[in-house]
Amino acid sequence: MPVMPASIQGSAKVSTADAALTTFPRLLLHHAAVRGGRPAMREKDLGIWQTYSWTQVLDQVRALAGGLAAMGFRRGDNLAIIGENRPRLYWALTAAQSLGGVPVPLYQDAVAQEMVFVFQNADIRFAIAEDQEQVDKMLEIQPQCPALRHIVFDDPRGMRKYHQPAVTSFDRLLELGRQFNQDHPGYVEDAIAEGRPADMAALFFTSGTTGLPKGVVLTHQAMIATGRTYCEFEGLGENEELLAYLPMAWIGQNLFSYTQSMVAGFCVSCPESSDTVMIDMREIGPTYYFAPPRVLEGLLTTVMIRMEDASGLKRRAFHAFMALARRVGSRVLDGRESVGLLDRLAYRLGDLLVYKPLRNSLGMSRVKVAYTAGEAIGPDLFVFYRAIGINLKQLYGQTETTVYVCVQRNGAVKPDTVGPPLPGVEIRLTDDGEILVKTPGLFEGYYRNDEATREAKDAEGWFHTGDAGFFDADGHLKIIDRAKDVGRLVNGTLFAPKYLENKLKFFPSIKEAVTFGDGRDHATAMINIDVEAVGDWAERRNLGYSGYTDLAAKAEVAALVRGCIDQVNLDLAFDPRLAGSQIHRFVILHKELDADDGELTRTRKVRRRIIADKYARIVEALYGTDPTVQVEAQVKFEDGRSGTIRADLRITDARVYTPEEAAQLTRKAA
Amino acid sequence: MSAASMPAGPGSSAAVPEPGRRIGDVILAVENISLAFGGVQALADISFDVREHEVRAIIGPNGAGKSSLLNVINGVYHPQQGTIMFMGEKRHQMNPHKVASQGVARTFQNIALFKGMSVLDNLMAGRNLLMKTGILQQALYWGATQREELAHRRRVEEIIDFLEIQAIRKTPVGRLPYGLQKRVELGRALAAEPRLLLLDEPMAGMNVEEKQDMCRFVLDLNEEFGTTIVLIEHDMGVVMDISDRVVVLDYGRKIGDGLPDEVRSNQAVIDAYLGVKH
Repeated sequence: MPVMPASIQGSAKVSTADAALTTFPRLLLHHAAVRGGRPAMREKDLGIWQTYSWTQVLDQVRALAGGLAAMGFRRGDNLAIIGENRPRLYWALTAAQSLGGVPVPLYQDAVAQEMVFVFQNADIRFAIAEDQEQVDKMLEIQPQCPALRHIVFDDPRGMRKYHQPAVTSFDRLLELGRQFNQDHPGYVEDAIAEGRPADMAALFFTSGTTGLPKGVVLTHQAMIATGRTYCEFEGLGENEELLAYLPMAWIGQNLFSYTQSMVAGFCVSCPESSDTVMIDMREIGPTYYFAPPRVLEGLLTTVMIRMEDASGLKRRAFHAFMALARRVGSRVLDGRESVGLLDRLAYRLGDLLVYKPLRNSLGMSRVKVAYTAGEAIGPDLFVFYRAIGINLKQLYGQTETTVYVCVQRNGAVKPDTVGPPLPGVEIRLTDDGEILVKTPGLFEGYYRNDEATREAKDAEGWFHTGDAGFFDADGHLKIIDRAKDVGRLVNGTLFAPKYLENKLKFFPSIKEAVTFGDGRDHATAMINIDVEAVGDWAERRNLGYSGYTDLAAKAEVAALVRGCIDQVNLDLAFDPRLAGSQIHRFVILHKELDADDGELTRTRKVRRRIIADKYARIVEALYGTDPTVQVEAQVKFEDGRSGTIRADLRITDARVYTPEEAAQLTRKAA
Repeated sequence: MSAASMPAGPGSSAAVPEPGRRIGDVILAVENISLAFGGVQALADISFDVREHEVRAIIGPNGAGKSSLLNVINGVYHPQQGTIMFMGEKRHQMNPHKVASQGVARTFQNIALFKGMSVLDNLMAGRNLLMKTGILQQALYWGATQREELAHRRRVEEIIDFLEIQAIRKTPVGRLPYGLQKRVELGRALAAEPRLLLLDEPMAGMNVEEKQDMCRFVLDLNEEFGTTIVLIEHDMGVVMDISDRVVVLDYGRKIGDGLPDEVRSNQAVIDAYLGVKH
């Protein structure tokens, strides 16, 4: 047990037990006192999981805070933290907070110049970096950021030749801290006692699609209140296990692996390296899990590839039981009554033979709650995980709201919504469909940027998310697009391009889609086929082709894509708000959209306006009546040369449904 | 709990700095070596030395005798003439087993690993010479053997950490891509804790990124562990960047020896690489 210095009780001017748990450092003191021997963090070092108890964490944080204080870190100072998930970097968060300072976690893969603004904006004097790579970046920007005086590194590898006075090793910092704490007994404890719940707890810089990054100011009380409500909502306690593998600078990672761990007292494990996450998942067996859709998709692909390599018997069993799981799995998970006895028994058997081993090899055997967020998730992908018994749910939120707006409730999960608002959250929709939010976890403002703060947070305290959405019949929020991208057809119908594009992209045959419709009579689409999926499809039909352009021009492929678009239109027909934005005509582009040609961003988002300009003739043809359009396009080849492609593109009409037709069709199918 | 009993934090095991890389005395000297296979003169009157802690490169066109020279150094080939001085001991020829136990390890042009065994087991096999307990004790895995194995495993884990191959620890080597196999082979050689490491074309067949990684590992291990390295390499850019001194062979003769810049401007070397008009 830790020896609690008398000064904590003495100088802590908080009376009730609850008030004692209002800042992160106080939470740490609490856990060290109540569950000091229990694991707080784990890290794999030299192939063996090393566990740190709450008492040990407190000891480290105290030494670290002492070290920072010895180097001149004062109340109100900002501490940059850059690196992968490492226990020592988490302890640095608490150490800075203990002294009344503010940790500023940064993305470890950002290039040096991207960090300059943050260091200048936040006057950062102290930085803790994971390794040589990060230290090099700090040293590179130091001339532009003269305030930066101290760079502490964790991993000493390759650091032998660094003799700059600003560079200190983590071990040296701890040494300094222990000495400082001996010379100044009670210093750190007094600083913790001085901390107020309304103090700034952390600064998260959001990338911002335009202009400079903005620092989101979150207070102790906002973050802790959020963490506490989440834990209550999902029933999370000290026995949870979590693997921290997403960037520390991302608010979600902070909420799950720092805030909630600090609130509930559960253990967080850091993977050995970014390549070993899958192996570490299996060893740790997390009970609580978060993954963005692209990670889930990657895992599913791995499973599918390995199943294709399995023996015939196993493969057949897998496909048969997966068909059953897709049909009833989600309902079994939700505990609904509508599953027949036979199906229930078959699902049990499937669980024994397929689902359970599958969950195990994904490292998700013990997962109680899994979240996905960040972008729209394909219904097939979402349903796959739920079908095999993993309680995957969607959530919605921003850095500004401490990721706390909507979460799907257990037993009421739909693939295309983000669920109803969480307890304590108020949501209002503007006439344009923009989502406004009020939550206990709302940010104070943007750091030193009052103008941006006024834009995002109005006088009544509503946060303008910039997202557009609406509530469905069950009161679930449905996100459709960024508010500024949402347009209207001539007749006033809502037109949400990204919503349509996502729906299209969920089909394996469609790689990219660009939709048009703002200020037009109806919606149209440009399609990029997925050359691998469609190529495979063509091969199985003995359809020869020479490359993308050739394949895209085939009438059979146009028919295949039309099938997808008809399906999307049918889905849309059921939604009175979006039925008007069904896609009337589409064209399959003769070339793949490419970031090198400026048509996509580096993160593969379509640049709709640039595409509309570049392919103006095609867009006009989509709104004309001709069945073809001639194009001539400049393309840049991989080797830097450029050339011209000339082609006749086929424009195809898709089927548009009235609500009555849609209803009739579904009845017939049933 | 007191601070002293805190388990070592990540990376602290590697925190004790070696005295750094200071090039020391001659550790290996090859004097007037000649090697012939029947009528083929593979090496003719070659002399050169390697100093402690340096990166020494051997370059030359195909068939120049580079690999033969490496094989002479670790005793696979026995030269007809000349002597080899290693760590103060002068010999006419080397014996592979003895050389290995004296601290020379090497990698091969065509990877020499147990393909069916995991990365971990391959590295453990690399420590075979350092294991002291007998076969019977090992079979029982008890007492000293167990302690020994744990110590060796720790060292192997440090190498895994150093080479950043944690994710493939338990993967059979045969399933790994070529570039990673090369890295594992370097690990296998490192497991023997060599004073002198012989690398036979460590970057052959790699793409640019893999080459950069390998260069970094070679430089890091030279810097962190002070290992002396003799390497054969074809990629002139790599050689000039990472080596302290370079020996150039052509048709079994030494045609150049010195700092990278000296070698680069040596007319005989330019002729050998670019060809001359006759």
